[in-house]
Amino acid sequence: MAGLTAAFNRHSTMLQISPLVITLTLFLVGPVIVIIVLSLWKFDGFMTLSDVWTLRNYERIFTRSLTVSNYLQTGKMLIITLGVTFVLGFTLAYFLVFDLVTLRTKMLLFLLCVVPFWTSAVVRTVAWIPFLGKEGIINKAVMGLGLADQPLQFLLFSEFAVLLSYIQIFTLFMMAPLFNVMARINRDLIEAARDNGANSLQILMNIILPLCKPGIAIGSIFVIALVASDYTAIRILGGSQVGTVAASMANQIYSVQYSPAAATAMILLLVVLLLVGGIMRVVDVRRQL
Amino acid sequence: MSKKTDGKAETGISRRAMLKGTAAVAGLAAGTAIGGFPTIWAQDDITVRTVGMAVSNMPQLEEMANEALPFKVQQTAAQIPDIIARGLNQPEGADLFEPPFMLMRAMWPTGKFQAWDTTKLPMWDNVVGLYKESGKIWEDSWYGDGQNPSQVINTSDQNAKDFVEPGSTKWITNHPVLHNADTLGIRPDIIGRPIDSWKELINPEFAGRAALVSFSQIGLMDAAMAFQANGEREYANKGNMTQDEIDFSVDRLIELKKDGHWRVLWSTFNESVQLMVSGEVVIQSMWSPAVTAVREQGVSCIYQDLKEGYRSWSLGHMMPNHLEGKKRDAVYDYVTWYHSGPAGAFFAKQGYYVVTPDNTQKHLPEAEWDFWFEGKPATVDIYSPFDKLMEKVGAVRDGGSYKNRMGRIAVWNSVMDENEYLTERWNEFMAA
Repeated sequence: MAGLTAAFNRHSTMLQISPLVITLTLFLVGPVIVIIVLSLWKFDGFMTLSDVWTLRNYERIFTRSLTVSNYLQTGKMLIITLGVTFVLGFTLAYFLVFDLVTLRTKMLLFLLCVVPFWTSAVVRTVAWIPFLGKEGIINKAVMGLGLADQPLQFLLFSEFAVLLSYIQIFTLFMMAPLFNVMARINRDLIEAARDNGANSLQILMNIILPLCKPGIAIGSIFVIALVASDYTAIRILGGSQVGTVAASMANQIYSVQYSPAAATAMILLLVVLLLVGGIMRVVDVRRQL
Repeated sequence: MSKKTDGKAETGISRRAMLKGTAAVAGLAAGTAIGGFPTIWAQDDITVRTVGMAVSNMPQLEEMANEALPFKVQQTAAQIPDIIARGLNQPEGADLFEPPFMLMRAMWPTGKFQAWDTTKLPMWDNVVGLYKESGKIWEDSWYGDGQNPSQVINTSDQNAKDFVEPGSTKWITNHPVLHNADTLGIRPDIIGRPIDSWKELINPEFAGRAALVSFSQIGLMDAAMAFQANGEREYANKGNMTQDEIDFSVDRLIELKKDGHWRVLWSTFNESVQLMVSGEVVIQSMWSPAVTAVREQGVSCIYQDLKEGYRSWSLGHMMPNHLEGKKRDAVYDYVTWYHSGPAGAFFAKQGYYVVTPDNTQKHLPEAEWDFWFEGKPATVDIYSPFDKLMEKVGAVRDGGSYKNRMGRIAVWNSVMDENEYLTERWNEFMAA
């Protein structure tokens, strides 16, 4: 018994982290290795040849102008989504933390923000169609009010529709971490600034915003990962007419081009990791966690 | 994924076993109690597990099969990419895979499947000539551009990976199940004039109200049908385009996109139905039952017969390598039943054609045969197999007779030699 306890104590850290290590190895590291291997196999136009190793799948990615336009499109949607979700998320979080007094109201309103997540991602996306379509509520209203004599086509099956759904869904992912960091800001700091003559804008810019940096970083990481990987909204609301990296990859998979798709996935993963790494370097996220 | 026995299956087995009487019960009991049998087929109770598209794997058909056959049939519906992925990566997870013929060149040479012996298939003689030497159902049928199913049907041996001349061996790679012909679906009430050519798909009159299917291989062929009909380009083979032909087609698609011509590229059956019902789109490439689904909602929609002909597809059953002995015998019995008539009648009432029409005819009332196959005006009300009224007396099937559709195939759904290039260019179209 004593020996067992001693052994346990000696290896307690190892034992305690082992469930996480095992889970991550099985479900993260393992699949990534499989995708790397797959991306290095030759695709002969019809089949993946598992015994022929090649870098051709990567070579094609770096020699096609398609890659540039795919990444420009993904980047553009990422920047717009980040910008809008930050403004909305920050405003909402600010309102919840500083403008509301009772904790109960704060929690109640915060929970309200989570309501859209009670349904599936596909339903949330499809639900926009009756609003945005040619015969949809918005077009009926616009035409009823005489603001346009033709239905507005850009509302649906467009980049606009995709961005709208991103903003709707992803704002919470930006807001939640911001809410978390803001709630921890010491009110005495704000009082002290005010006593020293700072106006509201100065307080916002010089105290609150800098202290929110870790929240912004975590929120951005969520949004980057979600936008980079989305294909549902592109397909359903973009009408498959918006060319992101994920959309190209999905087309490769539908055409049974597994190894080229795996290479596309690896490069996308690398780009996202670089972005996340960059954010982690600029902002000390760990202080927040 | 080789776990074949989820809860539902177990209940099914027991229920069947009860119905089948003591022999099967004993077999099942022995199988479970003693265990350690080296192979599945050592048990008397056999389950044939199929994986295919939702059009041909549905509860009603599963029930019909289970009532007719002495073993259990368990059907699973999946999307094409999943059927392929399961067939290639987990072939032991099912006993029959049902991919479309267009993907045969990606499936068969992998060596994960075994050939069917046509001499052991009693219904093979009833299968239409499309899958035999001629590649045609009737002498005067069009052979069609692209990959006619006969090009990938025969192989040299049971475990070969090649394709040989159609009809030259007794071994077939894929046992055909169904085929049909696709064309444009239109909203006649909105368009208000006759449509008779594929070129209308790109007519500026329909700018912002036209749609294509988003699967690159098929979408591009529909576009090529339109460009050729419009006199813009003669394709040597629309089903196997050269890089130059792909470039021309994609560049034109991008041009049209910049003019706001394409409202949307649809990906699922339901999307294509909703687009038509809501009036977002008035002309688009469509599947036959999707047109029916639009009409069921009280919206007028025609599956338009066009002078340039149809784009056709076919799907069939492939046997994974693990099948042997009694299990394989059961699989042979299953496809024999499949082609014996009742299933043919079931599919005919949904607008599809099982590849043994002679047997289908025996199981379909004459009035319904005349409507579905002969293109004659209905003399009785036409009901779907789900007892839904589809057409009233006097209606004529869109596209007319079986022969008018399947005899006029302009192009077969195909994976082209340049399909990797095609997908890249299609992605550029998406990104444009």
